[in-house]
Amino acid sequence: MLLIPCPWCGSRNQVEFTYGGDATLKRPPPDAPVEAWYEFVYLRDNPCGPHDELWLHSAGCRRWLKVRRDTRTHDILASARPDQALPGGEP
Amino acid sequence: MRYSIFSLARNALSRHEHWPLAWRSPEPKRSYEAIVVGGGGHGLATAYYLAKEHEINNVAVLEKGWLGGGNTGRNTTIVRSNYHLDPNAHFYEFSLKLWETLSQELNFNVMYSARGVLNLVHSPADMDAAIRRGNAMCLNGIDAKFLSRDQIAAWIPELDTSSSARFPIVGGLLQPRGGTVRHDAVAWGYARAADACGVDIIQNCEVTGIRLDGGAVSGVDTTRGFISTRKLGIAVAGNSSRLAAMAGIRLPIESHVLQAMVSEPIKPVLDTVVTSGVVHFYISQSDKGELVMGGDLDFYNSYAQRGNLPALEHVVAACLALFPSFGRLRQLRSWGGIMDMTMDGSPIIAKLPVDGLTMTGGWCYGGFKATPASGWLHAYTMARGEPHRLNAAFTLERFAEGRMIDESGTGPKAWAH
Repeated sequence: MLLIPCPWCGSRNQVEFTYGGDATLKRPPPDAPVEAWYEFVYLRDNPCGPHDELWLHSAGCRRWLKVRRDTRTHDILASARPDQALPGGEP
Repeated sequence: MRYSIFSLARNALSRHEHWPLAWRSPEPKRSYEAIVVGGGGHGLATAYYLAKEHEINNVAVLEKGWLGGGNTGRNTTIVRSNYHLDPNAHFYEFSLKLWETLSQELNFNVMYSARGVLNLVHSPADMDAAIRRGNAMCLNGIDAKFLSRDQIAAWIPELDTSSSARFPIVGGLLQPRGGTVRHDAVAWGYARAADACGVDIIQNCEVTGIRLDGGAVSGVDTTRGFISTRKLGIAVAGNSSRLAAMAGIRLPIESHVLQAMVSEPIKPVLDTVVTSGVVHFYISQSDKGELVMGGDLDFYNSYAQRGNLPALEHVVAACLALFPSFGRLRQLRSWGGIMDMTMDGSPIIAKLPVDGLTMTGGWCYGGFKATPASGWLHAYTMARGEPHRLNAAFTLERFAEGRMIDESGTGPKAWAH
């Protein structure tokens, strides 16, 4: 069972959350070349280790949050509001 | 040694103490004509067909753990070809045809059991989709049959076919030639047959790097030293992204954990495979009597080969909604495997943008049933340097070109397929 620390609600059961995927992706500007959109939409680093990801507290405060979680162990290392940096900076 | 009734009788007389080893455990050579990374079903099948179909016998299979210890040993053993889109239908039907004769081909009993795969249908819209898919299958020469609720009730009395069920069953799409295959036997059968063709199977040998020379593969660094080769094939399922990254390639793949479980063994109760797309559930009974069942991904990136209880609880809830009487059973064990989920739900069996490098991967939930065809087509692509018509659509470039093969129509969300 994942216990996910929501920045607004505190630690809550994973069943309250919906997964949102890789949080390191940056949406390209509308006039970016098609290659940039291809990378944004399709390509993933898919790391084996710490992974920065988005979760939606869908059955709670209904706000998005960022979580750093180790994909080898499922240990949650940190969480933050989506507009804030996770401690330790970029992965 | 060829396995037969005579070899069995001969070895019975000597108390089964003189069976030869099924395959060798050689030291790695310094160089091979071709190397396959991954000693699961797909990798071993690739090596076997390289030797058998293309006379490339100087081949090594490198496996970081033991043979069949990844998803080949972690699936729910179901084989089928009930797909709607042409590339998938033709590919999986080729695979099912290989399954039908695989025991004879490998001289190893893989226990293919054509017990049928039944997709339950729960609503009029669901029925339209199932009939459309069934018609597409028939047009592609694949067996498909629509069953009414009454036919299903007479065949599978344990199913709750009443109108008061949580998701009432209104019919089902059956593929009679679908069924199950003994999963471990697939790895062992391919390993033994490949070894007999001269393939070196090297276990406990992890690839730690891919060396390139002028944009082409020149070899691999492993925990047992450098091994040179000009042809490198990747068949590593959930670790596809990690291997591709060693050659500087990013893939449209995320790794997710999928769990399955078995109940305690009971007497024969279910003689087919039952699945439901609405409640996300599939179940069959193994020859040992265990009910084998599974459902959804855990829905978060993972390399852990184990998951969490909410996903299993969902599987149990779905099981009891369909089979109320199974509520008295105890769960025997559960496990997780790492799925290489692509952005359109279909695999990649193709050359990668580095000379001499190919992969078979991106199997999502469906890798086991694809094993023979995946190995056959991967070997073809490695040997010829170009794809066969059956895997021509399964390229890496299709994502950039907008040629997605999205069976479920869910778009670029890896975990939604």
